Amino acid sequence: MLLAFDTATPLVTVAVANGSDVLAESVAVTPMKHGEQLAPQIEAVLAEAGVHRTALTAIAVGVGPGPFTGLRVGLVTARTLGHVLDVPVHGVCSLDVLAVEAVATGTVSGDFAVATDARRKEVYTARYDGTGVRRRGPEVLRPLDAATDLPVVGEGARLYPDAFGHAVAPIRPSAGWLARAVAESRVELLGPEPLYLRRPDAVAPGPVRPVS
Amino acid sequence: MTHEPLVLGIETSCDETGIGIVRGTTLLADAVASSVDEHARFGGVVPEVASRAHLEAMVPTLRRAAETAGIRLSDVDAVAVTSGPGLAGALLVGVAAAKALALGLDKPLYGVNHLAAHVAVDQLEHGPLPEPCLALLVSGGHSSLLQVTDLTLGVDPMGATIDDAAGEAFDKVARLLGLPFPGGPHIDRVAAEGQITIDFPRGLTSRRDLERHRFDFSFSGLKTAVARWVEAKERAGEPVPVADVAASFQEAVCDVLVRKALDAARERGIEDLMIGGGVAANSRLRAMAVERAAAAGVRVRVPRPGLCTDNGAMVAALGAEMVARGRTPSALDLPADSSLPVTTVLS
Ligand SMILES: [Zn+2]
Repeated sequence: MLLAFDTATPLVTVAVANGSDVLAESVAVTPMKHGEQLAPQIEAVLAEAGVHRTALTAIAVGVGPGPFTGLRVGLVTARTLGHVLDVPVHGVCSLDVLAVEAVATGTVSGDFAVATDARRKEVYTARYDGTGVRRRGPEVLRPLDAATDLPVVGEGARLYPDAFGHAVAPIRPSAGWLARAVAESRVELLGPEPLYLRRPDAVAPGPVRPVS
Repeated sequence: MTHEPLVLGIETSCDETGIGIVRGTTLLADAVASSVDEHARFGGVVPEVASRAHLEAMVPTLRRAAETAGIRLSDVDAVAVTSGPGLAGALLVGVAAAKALALGLDKPLYGVNHLAAHVAVDQLEHGPLPEPCLALLVSGGHSSLLQVTDLTLGVDPMGATIDDAAGEAFDKVARLLGLPFPGGPHIDRVAAEGQITIDFPRGLTSRRDLERHRFDFSFSGLKTAVARWVEAKERAGEPVPVADVAASFQEAVCDVLVRKALDAARERGIEDLMIGGGVAANSRLRAMAVERAAAAGVRVRVPRPGLCTDNGAMVAALGAEMVARGRTPSALDLPADSSLPVTTVLS
């Protein structure tokens, strides 16, 4: 019994699955409220599926790349819950989840790209082959530096049509597909480590400025 | 005697990842992981660096605390967490971890105020707080004077800093004197070898200021006065007597803090003064408070230095008090509130 969630986009998504069978899934309505929404959504999804927390055998979490604060809410929740329930925690690149869904639902055939919103006028992006195997990335790039005529999955294509002319579904990673991808071994399992891809903004202070 | 609640507290409002475990008012574990070394070269806490460190430290610190306390997490009766005030991204990591624990253990969650927790921690060392009691909280992030009756219901703010926090002044003056970050412990150490030779200004103590700001603090003018004094020496080509400057600066800060706290005690007829926060670890502040309070007929309680700085034990202590007094737990959609007012002790 797998609990899966992703907080690497503005919307929290949670699912519980028995093998490839997704028993319940939810997506948040309000964006950028990961801290408030994730725990209640987990509670609600478990209740809807009729699964007791102690029946969980593993946790899968999207490790980004994505906005840092949301990402950390997902990762600290996964790690802490995994620790207290004593179950393994698998990290999955959130872009891979989009790729798996695109291949499985047939929105792509042949090579394609995934691009999501990295804010600051940049995208998180990766390239995949027709089977959904990642061939390049993930990396953070300006849209024009990642521009391609290939089909592009994810929100980045909607945001930057000049760079990505061929936008295809899905737009956001779904926890249900995260669970299926893990159950069916369609993605590389990583540790629950965040894919920040950017260093913290911090500058060492200059010399002490005179006051008089 | 009834079973006292086993409470786990999580603190991540700044750069310390703290996990404390208490049974009632008995401290069982106080595990702290600090990212202070990573911030030192920036001369102050970098929020994103702190948030990343909290994520990495959370589970190892949880494990360490449970081991030290000799408990299993499944024994825990309630989970408490600092829900504010503090750095938004840092608070969020602790609040999310606390929710995961509450969810995983199916136990109540208490989102508590960081400042009230600084007060509650003293119960672990000196027993129940007298009611009422006056609390002077001084750290890098806050400087407040509070009247406390029942800590689980609220606090009555009497005064606060109108500019820099006391600890911030220590950091800035340390930097001016070429001492490392964080400045508090270094100023304390260096000042011990100096003499109080310079009469630095005491903020908000003039008669006019006292009319509007009787119990408020201001440390920004003091910091500027120190800077001017040091620059004048340098300009004259004379060596800066670092130890004397540190001792004189420290004396000015402590003098104002103790003077105003004792004035507040007199005004409200309160006989017990509790001092908490990182600056309460300062040896001169402790000595001066004890000496002057005795003369004023006021009893002073100061937790040992390790419990004055930010830690999880203080959060657990306040959580245990919430459980003991039957307060309603927080909901799982509890937000982290970086500007949580001091009057909201439970959110
Ligand atoms: Zn503090």
